[in-house]
Amino acid sequence: MRLRLGREQHDRKSSAELGPGHQTANATESDRLPAIEVRGLEKSYGGVPAVAGIDLTIRPGEIFALLGPNGAGKTTTVEILEGYRTRDRGEVTVLGYDPGPDRTQMKAHIGIVLQSTAVEQYLTVAETLTMYAEMFPHPRPVDEVIGLVGLTDKRDARVIQLSGGLQRRLDMAIALIGDPQLLFLDEPTTGFDPSARHEAWDVIKDLAALGKTVFLTTHYMDEAQYLADRVAVIAGGRIVAEGPPSTLGHRERSTARVRFRLPAGSTPPSDFRAPPGSDGFVEIAVDEAVSDVHRLLHWAVEEGVELEGFEVKRPSLEDVYLSLTDNRSDADEPGGAGGSS
Amino acid sequence: MTVVTLTFSQFRYVNKAFWRNPSRAFFTFAFPLMFLVIFTALLGNGTVHIGAMAVKASTYYVAAMASFGVITACYSNIAMTLAFQRDNGILKRIDGSPLPSSSFLGSRVLHALFVAVLLVAITAGFGRAFYGAELPNGVLLLRFLLMLVVGAMAFCALGLAVTAAIPNADAAPAIVNASILPLLFLSGIFIPFGNDTPTWIMWIARIFPVRHFAAGMQAGFIGTAFDWTDVIVVAAWGVAGLVLAIRFFSWEPRSG
Repeated sequence: MRLRLGREQHDRKSSAELGPGHQTANATESDRLPAIEVRGLEKSYGGVPAVAGIDLTIRPGEIFALLGPNGAGKTTTVEILEGYRTRDRGEVTVLGYDPGPDRTQMKAHIGIVLQSTAVEQYLTVAETLTMYAEMFPHPRPVDEVIGLVGLTDKRDARVIQLSGGLQRRLDMAIALIGDPQLLFLDEPTTGFDPSARHEAWDVIKDLAALGKTVFLTTHYMDEAQYLADRVAVIAGGRIVAEGPPSTLGHRERSTARVRFRLPAGSTPPSDFRAPPGSDGFVEIAVDEAVSDVHRLLHWAVEEGVELEGFEVKRPSLEDVYLSLTDNRSDADEPGGAGGSS
Repeated sequence: MTVVTLTFSQFRYVNKAFWRNPSRAFFTFAFPLMFLVIFTALLGNGTVHIGAMAVKASTYYVAAMASFGVITACYSNIAMTLAFQRDNGILKRIDGSPLPSSSFLGSRVLHALFVAVLLVAITAGFGRAFYGAELPNGVLLLRFLLMLVVGAMAFCALGLAVTAAIPNADAAPAIVNASILPLLFLSGIFIPFGNDTPTWIMWIARIFPVRHFAAGMQAGFIGTAFDWTDVIVVAAWGVAGLVLAIRFFSWEPRSG
């Protein structure tokens, strides 16, 4: 069964080579097979669980983000999928391969961007990519990949001359050179300045447009929000929430809060009365945001009261994330075995 | 591509990167020649007795520095480079690629061997021109080349093995030098053994591979007796190094 799956994945790749359009047109049964399937994954280090039973399904062509604080089990999970680590329990399938016994075959079909990895400093960009291209059975053309990550100007520059941001693009190019169906990006923009991050995001978006499946880990909310089709939050080795970024943790249905500051001596409607905070602002949860806010504003206009700094807030992805991961991140991944996960 | 063609294509990139790193290329080649000039200037007028033979010290040093060059190019370079590449993640990236590990490591060993042969040739030419060293020929040349290749491979294997004892790149030079420098002195590489050399030093020299390797080099340059025991001892160390390397070599940075 495993072999058959691998074969089908390979066929899918051939159609992908004709371009994204063809791939959609030729959508077959194998397109609906998950790119990654994880059931009951467990891993402990010295008796301390780092991953305590997680399930994940990632569909082909999806950008999936695994969010979590340091030590939550992110890196352990992704490194088990990549084949760097063994698992204690559970079933894992990556492109139809088991990353344990089938690791060698699997390597030809995945691309990996690790958190911090160097390449030989004294080779040029083109030489480095040619060298990596030789390792894969069906590489993409070197100059095409160089163009894709925006390194055409630096084609013949030695790696030692590249800035950190440009080296990260080279990382991305190396991950792409084997024309993988699946890309693992482990905290791809950690340590980037804002403009470099946005450039990296554009590259990742372009990859998804090529029909690649992307498995991303990050602890940046904006990154997950901008890039991911689907997000899973991991804390204490378990998945605590999963869904599209817009609805994660029922964010779209959660209670809104209004915030404002009243001039001295004014008395708002009874349900908007609350003791102000140290900055003089009142913050109140509202159940029916539209009608409640309407009543408050109506009162303010009628009475001629200025509501200084008035705003209505919904919990951001970050708020949801913080409430989900609160008190759970104490269960550190032990022994630094996962590096800075 | 097959493992063999991949090994040779990797070799090309290792070689390119090697020559473009000026300090590395310079020190690998300059150190043995520099030491040769210094030691012969200081001690070159003396006579060294090897068995029943009396040899001019300057000639002795040609063979000794050729041995030293091979050990540096193989043991020290392999151990330090791989410890450094392990720390900065190059090894982990390779481990995640389809490149067979035998091609990656094989190309490094092949390149060390290439550098070692080049170094010996330069030292020999230098020694012939200035210090009256003989150049091996005929059967002796074949035996000499055999010892050179066996020795270079053995010191590469030991270099691979010692990376397991190196916690991080900062510690690499210290551990590599601490493991090889005393042995070079205790094997008569820098200062030739005399009649009054203590027995315990002779025993250390007999157990470890450095003196045996140097003896094989001397047979080529000086015409001392070639002893198959030397080849066997060096090869045994190489096999032991390889076994340890296979068991303990790590592609990921070691924590701590």
